Order: sequence, then C-alpha cells, then structure tokens
Amino acid sequence: MLEVKDIYKEYDGLPLLNGLSFEVAQGELVCLLGPSGSGKSTMLRIIAGLEEPASGRIFWDGQNITALPAHQRGFGLMFQDYALFPHKTVKENVAFGLRMAQRPKEEIDQIVRQSLGSIRMLSFADRPVTELSGGEQQRVALARALAPDPRLLMLDEPLGALDHNLRTELLNDLRQSLRASQKPVIYVTHDQEEAFALADRLLLLHEGRLLQKGSPEEVFRQPANAWVASFLGLGNLIPASRSENGQIRTEVGALALPYPETFQIGEQFSLLLRPEDAHIAFQEQEKALNITAQVLDCVFFRDYYRLEVKTKGQSLFVHAKQVFQPGEEVMLHWQEEDILCFPN
Amino acid sequence: MKRSKITTWLLWLIPLIFLTVFFYQPLLNIFRLVFSDRFDQGWQFFSHDTLLRPLLFTLWQAFLSTILTLVIGLPAAYLFAKFDFPGRKALRALSLLPFILPTVVVATAFNTLLGPRGWLNLILMNLFNLTNPPLSLLNSLPAILLAHVFYNTSIVIRMVENALTRINPHFEEAAQVLGAKPWRVFQEVLLPLLMPSILSATLLVFLFDFTSFGVVLMLGGPQYATLEVEIYNQAMNRFNLPMAGLLSIIQLTITLLITFLQNRINTPRYGKAALSAESKTRVKAKTRLEKLYVAVSVILLLILFVAPILSLVSRSLVTMEADRGERGEIETGFTLRYYTEIFQNRSGSVFYANPLAAIRNSLVFSLLTMLIASVLGLLSAYALAGSGRLTRFLEPLLMLPLGASAVILGLGFLISFNRAAWTSGRFPILIPIAHSLIALPFVVRTILPAIRAIPESLREAAQSMGANPWRVFREVDLPILLRAIIVSLAFSFTISLGEFGASSFLGSARTPTIPTLIFRYISQPGALNYGQALAMSTLLLITSAAGSLLIEKIRLPGEELF
Repeated sequence: MLEVKDIYKEYDGLPLLNGLSFEVAQGELVCLLGPSGSGKSTMLRIIAGLEEPASGRIFWDGQNITALPAHQRGFGLMFQDYALFPHKTVKENVAFGLRMAQRPKEEIDQIVRQSLGSIRMLSFADRPVTELSGGEQQRVALARALAPDPRLLMLDEPLGALDHNLRTELLNDLRQSLRASQKPVIYVTHDQEEAFALADRLLLLHEGRLLQKGSPEEVFRQPANAWVASFLGLGNLIPASRSENGQIRTEVGALALPYPETFQIGEQFSLLLRPEDAHIAFQEQEKALNITAQVLDCVFFRDYYRLEVKTKGQSLFVHAKQVFQPGEEVMLHWQEEDILCFPN
Repeated sequence: MKRSKITTWLLWLIPLIFLTVFFYQPLLNIFRLVFSDRFDQGWQFFSHDTLLRPLLFTLWQAFLSTILTLVIGLPAAYLFAKFDFPGRKALRALSLLPFILPTVVVATAFNTLLGPRGWLNLILMNLFNLTNPPLSLLNSLPAILLAHVFYNTSIVIRMVENALTRINPHFEEAAQVLGAKPWRVFQEVLLPLLMPSILSATLLVFLFDFTSFGVVLMLGGPQYATLEVEIYNQAMNRFNLPMAGLLSIIQLTITLLITFLQNRINTPRYGKAALSAESKTRVKAKTRLEKLYVAVSVILLLILFVAPILSLVSRSLVTMEADRGERGEIETGFTLRYYTEIFQNRSGSVFYANPLAAIRNSLVFSLLTMLIASVLGLLSAYALAGSGRLTRFLEPLLMLPLGASAVILGLGFLISFNRAAWTSGRFPILIPIAHSLIALPFVVRTILPAIRAIPESLREAAQSMGANPWRVFREVDLPILLRAIIVSLAFSFTISLGEFGASSFLGSARTPTIPTLIFRYISQPGALNYGQALAMSTLLLITSAAGSLLIEKIRLPGEELF
C-alpha cells in the first residue's frame, strides 16, 4: 500500500505542491484530477523517485522509500509521450524492464510474447516503435510498464496525446487492462470524462492542494466547493448572501432556505444550479427558487435543448425538453433539495 | 507562394557562374595539369617520400588527433549538458572559441607555450640556470596533436552537447523507472541515441585534422609534412606544380569520401517524442563521484583552453631576450614595444614587410569577402530552399565546395589565373574570392535554416494583402532573416581575417595579410620579429574573439552550424 505524507515542492521559488497526503490501497485505481499546472505530474514523478520532494515522505507497506532511487522502487510509470525507446523494437521495449531485473532469457521471451498477445500486437514485435500509430504506441507503452510486474502502476495522461475519437475507443480497453492487472494504479489526467470512467476514487488537485477526495459519484453529487463544481462543469454558479430574515438571497431571487449555520454572517457564498435539475413550469413552486427569464439562445443537443436564459443581469444555462424561440419568456424553478451552497 | 521558373533559374545562375569560374574551373585545371603531365612522364613518379609518406602521416596524425579530441570532448560535452557549476557559461564560451580562431594564432599560441622561446622552456631555463632551451616540443607530433585537440574539441562539445540536450529526458527516466541503474541507462539509452551525433562529430573532426594546414606547417616542422603541407612545399618551394596537383587530387578524393560518409549518417528522426518538450534542467553535482567528475573536467578544460591563450597574450607583453642565450644578461620586464613597433614604418630594410599594409590588406579583403560571401550565400540559400527537380539536381553542385581545402583552392587559382590577363604576378582580388568560397558554406548553413523556418503562410498573408514579390521579401523575409544575415557577415569577416592557406598561395610579398605576415615574422630570427608576431596574433585573437562573441549573442538557439 502506498502512503504519501505531507509532500511539499517548490518550482522556481513558487509553491507547486502544498502538503499533499493520500493513500492508495491494494488494487485501487486512484485518479489524480486537476487542471494543467496543478502539480499532478510532479506528484507522480516524486512517487516514482524521479524528483525529490522539498519535504514530506513516501511509504510503501509502511517502509519509508522517500530516498530510494527510482530504479529500486519497482514501480511502473507510463509517460504522456510514452517515451518508447526510439532505437529499440516493440519487443525490445517491452523486454527492457525484464532485462534490467535480470530474468532468464526464456522467461523474458515468454512474458513479452504473452504481453504483446494480450494487446493484439504480437505481429508487430520486431517493428521499430517509430513506425507505430499513436494508439499502438500507447498500448506498447502500457505493456512495457506492466511487463516487469510493478508493485504500483502510474500513468501520466496516457490518452492525452490521442485525438478524441481514439481516446473514447481506448478508454474502455484501458479500463479493462487496468482492472485485469489488479494492481494499485495512480492515473493522472485533466480530463474529467476519463477520471469518472476509470476511478475508484478521485483526488481533485488545484494549485498544489487536494480539494476533495471521494468516489466519482460522491464528488459529482456533493462537490466540496465552488472551484470543484466549476472545474467539473457541474452547472450555474451564482453569488448569494444572507437576507435580513436569515434566509438566502441571490441576485436572481430569494430562497426560502434557512441560511446555513456553518457560514458566518455577511460571508459571500455561491449556489450551484445544475442545468439538468431546472424545471420549466407555468407557476411558482413552493420550496424552490423561482425565476422568470428570457430565452437568449436555444441549441439542440442529443437528448435535450440547451437554453441560455437571462434574468436580472445573470446568464444561466438550463436543459429543456422542448424547443424555445429566442426572446420567449420562461418560468424556471430549482427544487430546494437540488440546490447546493458553497463558501467562496 | 509559388516561385516562377525564371526566378528559380536566376537565383541559381549567379552562384553557379561564380562557382564554375572560381571553383570548378581551377579544379579542372589541376586535373588537366596532372593528367597531361602523368601522360608525359609515366607513373614512375610515385615515390615513397613525396607521396606515400605524407599520405600515411596525414592519416596517422588525423587518427590520433581525432581519438584524443574525443577523449577530451565527449566528457566535456556531458559536463556542459548535464551539470550546473559556477563559471559554466564562461568556460563554455571559452571552449567554443577555438573553432573560430585563425590557425596562425593557435600555432603562435602553442609556440609561446612550448617553443624554444616559450614559457615552458623559459621557466625551466630560469629554474636550472640553463643556457639552451631544454625541451624541443616544437616540430614534433605531440605539438600537432595538442593544437588539433585544442582546435576541434569545440566541435565535439558543440555537436554532442546539442544532441544531449535535445534527447527527451523521459527516455532516461523511463529506463530508470524500469529498473536500470545509472550505468545501464547510459549504456542502453543515452549512448545509442547519441551515436549518430558522436559519429558525425568524429568524421568532421577527422576531416579537419586531415586537411589541417597552418597548424602542421608552423608546429610540425620539415619532417612532419601532411598532404596539405606537401602540396604547399611542392608548389611554392620546389615549383613542382604537377606533383602538387597530384597530391591535391588524392587529398580531394579522401576529403570527398569523408564528406560523403558524414552525409550518410542521417540523424534518425525519432519524431516529436525524441525531442525534449521542456528545456532540460541542469543539476548541481551531488554525489562525490559527480563532484570529482566536474572538478577534474573543469580543471582539464581550463588548462587546455586557457593556457595557450594566456601564454600568447602574456608573452606578447614581456621582453625576454633569452634567445641570445647569454646568461646574466637576460632583460626581463613588461613592454608594449612589440605593439608600438607594428605601427612604425621601417621601410628602409630589404626584408621589411610593413605590418600596417598587412592590416590594411586584411581589412579590405575581409570587407570584400563579407560582401561577396553574403550576397552569394543569400542567393544560394534561396535557390536551395526551393523544392522541385532543378533544386535536387543542382544542390550537390552548390554544396561540393564544402570539401575543398584552402590550399587546393590556392593551387587551383595559381594554375588558372597566373597569366598575363590577370596582370603579371598574382592578382590580389583572388584572395577575397578564395576567402568567399571558404566562407560560403558557413553562410549557406546559417541562412538556409532561417529561410526554411519562415512559414509560407506569412508570405501568402502578405501577398493576399497586396504585396508584390519584392515587397514580400522586404517586409517578411528580410526582417526575419536579419539575425542570420548579421551572423553570416560576422562569420565571413572573421574567416577571411584569419585565413592562411589560400592567402599564402595567392599573396605576394607586396600583398601580405596579417596571418601571412605573422608566419613570416615567426619563422625569422630575432626577438623583435618574434614579439611582433605575437603582438599581431594577440590583436587577431581579440578580433576573432569579438566576432565569435557577436555570433554567439546574435545567433538564435537551434541555428547550429553542423
């Protein structure tokens, strides 16, 4: 089991990692999700032993491995650009880790054959890796990382270099290979679709801090703060404050919800209004935020129309079942139980 | 923007005419002379002493020099690519300097270090009260090798360091994570990826050592003649032009063979993945072994690069009439006399050659070279930048002069233009023309990548907004190429200023250049002559260093010569 404790790292005098701590359990697939520059790749490189933390420790099964050189850690790492050795063939690339471990030749041959067979690339064994397509390179890189049977597998944006169509296609393959390997996996990505499709647990990283840990469903249902909600594109975030009667007030309308006790009086906060939770009706609803708005735009998506509406200077997105014309007035409401409050 | 056929032809026309008259014709004349002469004399002429000995010696010294250069250059390239240490930038600039130094300067610098009047002998004579210089390091193979190492280590450093910094760091890291120890990472990943650059540098160094002229002439002495020196001897001292021609043909054939081999090593294109995305960070030496490595390399490089230069400059400022060999009468002290003497006119003497005239000649030749080489270079680069069948057909014709040495050019000119039509004696305009031919490849290699780097869309955008072809060139190409053009100007100026081989063939006693005058002074007896040679070498050193600094400052990263 991997334990990361209180890792700090600076880059060019600026803090890059600000006290990161987390664990990865046996067989668990953890996704490190965050925008570029959030420090996720650096975290991965520190675990791999390619960079040193300014402070903090890394443990494997209770043993401190912070100072252990990369080549003695027995971890696997797949790079975003795959870093396949351009002067070696497909077979030689996959065999590299096994050769470094000084396995007998017959065993290496057998493992390589098996590994290439499982990714349907046995016929490519003697090709130079430079002749492979992006998707093929990705599969070889994964096979190379897995061949020496690492204790932990790390992947740095493994689908980042591929175009969108190929990515969706390979995502499923990747999910199956990673599940089948039964290894603990740390998967770094900025793409929430990938993270949600793969992860047992998500770690949301922003400016070198972990903002939230939890299963994809937990994170989706209960984002920890406005930044998470906005990064995941969960919906409309509108500023809110406390009204005189101790309830919540927003620029678009008042809400009969009591002011959350955890917030201080006068503190600004945000409400999350998810587009898919919006109801379009003809009368005001009880226990809901009621809004009258004007349609600015209506775009057809596969199973809904996305309306952009405007009310009191705020622009909101909502999903509708039927088409509306720009300029039309609509009445919208969000049920109280669907609305989330975050401190700013 | 599609270039019309006529423009393409016009671009090719001027460089091709120039090359035909001043390169292919002289070359052809060498061949004609040799073969008509052979026809008359038969082949008995292949004697051991004039032919086989210089050839074998040339190959032998080039082989040894190349090995030594690699032994010093490869660790140095690794040092500069991987480690950060105080003074790194200065040491790197210093180690790249020799490449642009004139051969006479390097030869005189080693003379002041190892020669009979050099520091090493002076110190020993002083220590042990000797009347004669105890060490005769000059006129020996080690002196030649040392100067070659001094010269060409910069090539190895430049090429291999460049390759090292461009290798994607992820390759090494991937190997580490896969369990490779540091030595295995080097052996399995770094070395194979570096191999093309190392091979390419090796061949280039061998080529330069093989065609080395000034250094061998001035440091090797009579018994160590390479092909180049023997060509010079045969032509200038024995007036045996056919023999000089025959040696030239042998020399040219081997040179072309090496150039051909060097072009065959096409650096493999490993795609985007092979080039590092982020600029590589150099690290401070951490382990004891790393610290030792950095310390030893830095000290060795300092000795190799600083000692000759420092020795030249200091020796030019000190009088030591040690060559008189009279003990007790040795006057020592700081002096500027050698410098002031340059500007004294003593035209009364019979053997006197005027240093001021040499300086003036050199400057005029350099300016002319700058003009000719950059105009021809610009035209050639544009011609080569085109695609299409014509370009592919004509390209080798333009790039062939790369293989020709200055001495062969000089010989060819001597044979072709030493006629009445070109005035009696040797016509001085031939010197800047020869210099231009030598500088042309450097100019083309500087400007061509810059032209290729201009996105066609920029020209198309300008065109679509109504710019005619000339305006497109003036508004888009020219401003972008300005840096490369300035670098080319500085290059051709510095090359011409220090050129020795061709100048020594073409310059008469009436038209000395700085390098030929230095050569004449240093081979004459007398402390004043020696001192003046050193003073002029120092001035040349400073000018070349300034030129090199200018080039390094202006040159964009990635615009490498090799």
